[in-house]
Amino acid sequence: MNKAGSNPFAMVDEGPKPSDATVFPEDAPEAASAPHPSVEALRDHFGDAIVAHEVCAGDQHVVYVDPARNVEILSWLKADPGQHYDHLADLTAVDYGGGRPIQVVYQLWSIPHKRALRVKAELPLSELEIESVAGLWRCADWLEREVADMFGVVFAGHPDPRRILMPENYAEGYPLRKDFPLRGRFSRAEQTRRALRQNPEDDYFPAEMGDREPQLVASVADDEDDESEEVNHGD
Amino acid sequence: MATESAEYAVSRNPEMGPDGSLVPSPMDPFDAPEPELGSETMLVNVGPQHPATHGVLRLVVELDGETVVKVIPHIGYLHSSFEKLGEYRTWNQVVTLTDRMDYLAPLIYNCAYVMAVEKLMGIEVTERCKVTRVICMEMDRIFSHLLWLGTWSIDIGAFTPFLYAFQQREKVYKLHEALTGARITTSATRIGGMMADLPEGWTDGVREFIDNLPATLDEIDGLLKHNAIHIGRTQGIGQISADDAVNHGLTGANLRASGVPYDVRKDRPYYDYETYDFEVPIGCHGDCYDRYLVRMEEMRQSMLILRQALDRLPGGPMDVEDPRISLPSKTDCMSDMESMIHHFKLITDGIPAPAEDCWYSVEGSKGELGMYVVGDGGPKPVRWRIRPPSFVNLSAIAALSEGHLMADLIVINASLDIVLGEIDR
Repeated sequence: MNKAGSNPFAMVDEGPKPSDATVFPEDAPEAASAPHPSVEALRDHFGDAIVAHEVCAGDQHVVYVDPARNVEILSWLKADPGQHYDHLADLTAVDYGGGRPIQVVYQLWSIPHKRALRVKAELPLSELEIESVAGLWRCADWLEREVADMFGVVFAGHPDPRRILMPENYAEGYPLRKDFPLRGRFSRAEQTRRALRQNPEDDYFPAEMGDREPQLVASVADDEDDESEEVNHGD
Repeated sequence: MATESAEYAVSRNPEMGPDGSLVPSPMDPFDAPEPELGSETMLVNVGPQHPATHGVLRLVVELDGETVVKVIPHIGYLHSSFEKLGEYRTWNQVVTLTDRMDYLAPLIYNCAYVMAVEKLMGIEVTERCKVTRVICMEMDRIFSHLLWLGTWSIDIGAFTPFLYAFQQREKVYKLHEALTGARITTSATRIGGMMADLPEGWTDGVREFIDNLPATLDEIDGLLKHNAIHIGRTQGIGQISADDAVNHGLTGANLRASGVPYDVRKDRPYYDYETYDFEVPIGCHGDCYDRYLVRMEEMRQSMLILRQALDRLPGGPMDVEDPRISLPSKTDCMSDMESMIHHFKLITDGIPAPAEDCWYSVEGSKGELGMYVVGDGGPKPVRWRIRPPSFVNLSAIAALSEGHLMADLIVINASLDIVLGEIDR
């Protein structure tokens, strides 16, 4: 900022200039935020299963947990009267790309205590499987289906593991992965051909729902008349 | 005449025979055995192209007679992967994607997104901007609820409220247009401020809108609230208890109709909502009728907030005075070299965000609207996730409608107030 009085002729209000830029928020020393009561309780209760803890965006507490014990930890967070995270606000995943693990993110909110907590579980790309929490929160049913659809994370014990946004026979992979090209893996012509060939009556009969195989993506190789027109999306 | 021939002379009512005895009509299966009923269920496809589905929603319904046994919703017909598209755009460019999701309340989406990004970047917006965004969000809450009110009454079988509601909606469309130049795809916000300051006389337009709205609401309420058909169609239909509603992740009016007073504006106040004087209406039965009452009252409360916000709207700058975030004025760009360069750099490079993540939720018109933004130090998001309230609300439709009649399924669907653009994203 122009120091007032340094130049009496520069009193015209010009607003700040780019050269006035100071340090950026992330370079600034992090403000000491209040400790989160649930984090200490989690450490006491689960010990090693709480892998890490960090504070993001000033006051948002994030706890990294062991993916093998996610249901155990989350059901404790939901049921324990001191925690009572009864509202699963969101369940999603983040792929940072470059072979880094995919994070499954649970946004928890406790309606009685008015407290938020973010729980993350990191899954290496080689074993993208985590236990489903649809038994704890019914809303996790669709949210987990979406994560499975978009990232290819397998939710063990999910009651209805079908794709949700993409068609059931979608064979191009998982759209929100970083290695997935923006326009898809197949050419436009192939994408159109597959869309037209689809028969909406094939799927979703209630009678079939019981014994459906939890197979999320039809393998490309299994498709008979596929002439592997892949990777031609630059048209 | 053809019907006089013996072939057509079929008596449809019991008649007296020549001897005075009752001659049964041939239509009466008086001694036919009772047919076996209820052994088979029928599969009915609803949608995706049907006005009662409020968009391209497909419901496969298993029916036993007229009773719904099972509902399987299919979504994804509008899927455009906005979240993926956002990863290829700078933080400011994503704003245009947000209003294309919930086109019934676009300003709430514009605001919620930039609020999340500002929280991630640690930007505090100006007081004028905060109040302006509150006005925008409350106006669009009414805007969205009016559409719900119109379509809801059509689904019940009443056409008139639809016309009254859309007459008022048109005024909000005009206010959108005056503010942003677009009626639906507003894209009104920018990181650190708004697209432009409020046009002259705009606040008077908002005042006029909220001055005229109560009469319309009273008129519609008078048509529906004590209407025997409306009550018969909605009371006790699609009932859900408070615990189940929380467990299903319902938010917004759908949750509050079940008696849970969870409102993000009250429980996690943003933009000084704690200083506005308003009530959160809650229901006690959790059925379709209570959802109607809650939404009607929410519109009235939003008008209260709007009035207070318009009264306290301060002067001063709209955008933050930080040259790394806000664009310089056009006049400066044309007269000052440094501003020109700076404008160019901001547009081409974008604004970097720290390598952190941030969850921010606001009370949208459909429920809790969450934005989860993940940065990596660059000008584009690594991940941009929307917590779509309609998506989660719709997932409860199967549980809500099982055991009810097919016609009630349409009412339950209408009472959830969904928008498919947001569900499929």
